[in-house]
Amino acid sequence: MSISSTFHKWGSPRWFYQFSGRLLPWLAILSLLLLVGGAVWGLAFVPADYKQGNSFRIMYIHVPAAAVAMGAYMTMATAGAIHLIWRMKLAAMVMKAIAPIGASLTFLSLLTGAVWGKPTWGTWWVWDARITSVLILFFLYLGVIALHQAFENRDAAAKACAVLAIVGAVNIPIIYWSVEWWYSLHQPASISFTGESTIHPSMLRPLMATLCGMYLFFGWLLLLYTRIEILEREKNTRWVQDLICGESR
Amino acid sequence: MAMHPQRKQRLLIVVFILLVAGLAAGLLGYALKENINLFYPPAEIASGKAPVGKFMRAGGMVQEGSVERASDSLKVRFVVTDFSAVVTVEYEGILPDLFAEGEGVVASGKLGEDGIFYASEVLAKHDETYMPPEVSDALEKSAASRAAQQEKGSQ
Repeated sequence: MSISSTFHKWGSPRWFYQFSGRLLPWLAILSLLLLVGGAVWGLAFVPADYKQGNSFRIMYIHVPAAAVAMGAYMTMATAGAIHLIWRMKLAAMVMKAIAPIGASLTFLSLLTGAVWGKPTWGTWWVWDARITSVLILFFLYLGVIALHQAFENRDAAAKACAVLAIVGAVNIPIIYWSVEWWYSLHQPASISFTGESTIHPSMLRPLMATLCGMYLFFGWLLLLYTRIEILEREKNTRWVQDLICGESR
Repeated sequence: MAMHPQRKQRLLIVVFILLVAGLAAGLLGYALKENINLFYPPAEIASGKAPVGKFMRAGGMVQEGSVERASDSLKVRFVVTDFSAVVTVEYEGILPDLFAEGEGVVASGKLGEDGIFYASEVLAKHDETYMPPEVSDALEKSAASRAAQQEKGSQ
């Protein structure tokens, strides 16, 4: 199968709806298993930190929420670019579906960060490069949501949102390297892909579980929201009406 | 697979948007370089880069053995170092739990004419190391035994 035919198949809302329907239960089960299992593991079975004691355990939610919030933004910006270049309608739906999920994850990471910051740093909030750039990420998500609401015309809304999403993508490397480029209160990353991680393996393993769980959870929500958007937009087509009638009968 | 010319043009527009946004962010970051930094390290305070008498933050490591507490009040005095320069910080109030000698700290306040930093707030800067207490004990023990061995070797 050639690249272009795969692309066309993926761009078909009907095909996507059917394919994603088969993925949904697997994503749901796996993500909940990893999230709940990793959280219980991290909260109850991992030893306390040598300096922070028990408060470090909030990272089992904080780190996945922040990482997936950034990954979700890159997915949204990529979908925006695909929509702008190939005019793929499905990409516009994916973009619209991501914004509220990403906003919630960003809010969760800011909230858990504040709750951790109070006992660790001695303050809920400080305007350092990391925290401020994540706050900007939150506003970018809100901006995409608001922009979607502001347009009557769907195509115009999708175009405007795509441009905003692409411009905002510049913020993602800034968030990632903010703790290296500037003096900040937030510590640099503990997980290293090239060198040795500065987090003990016994603490890292449950974090990896909740991190994978959060990515899958995002994938699950993304499919769910996109499917709702597909049904909404294609409600006048034959296949959706057949689907609805077939289910209600 | 040759790309449709219209799509190619739109791809170029997307790349252009990214480049312009990246350039704008880069210039903004360059212009605000000093302001984005949350604190001044002691080296910059010593070289006179930090403003005197204005609100700012100083950050670095609390020097080992430098913390002096007043016996009749919450007043505390300690030295912050970045291993090239030092600044003395005076503060009255409750310190965060993780404040300790040899740990990172960010103090906000004003630098006095006398060169002492009068802090109104002291925050602990946590580093990126996470480990269970047994591991840190074991590490300390092995470091101590290595130091003892080295001492023996040099004698």
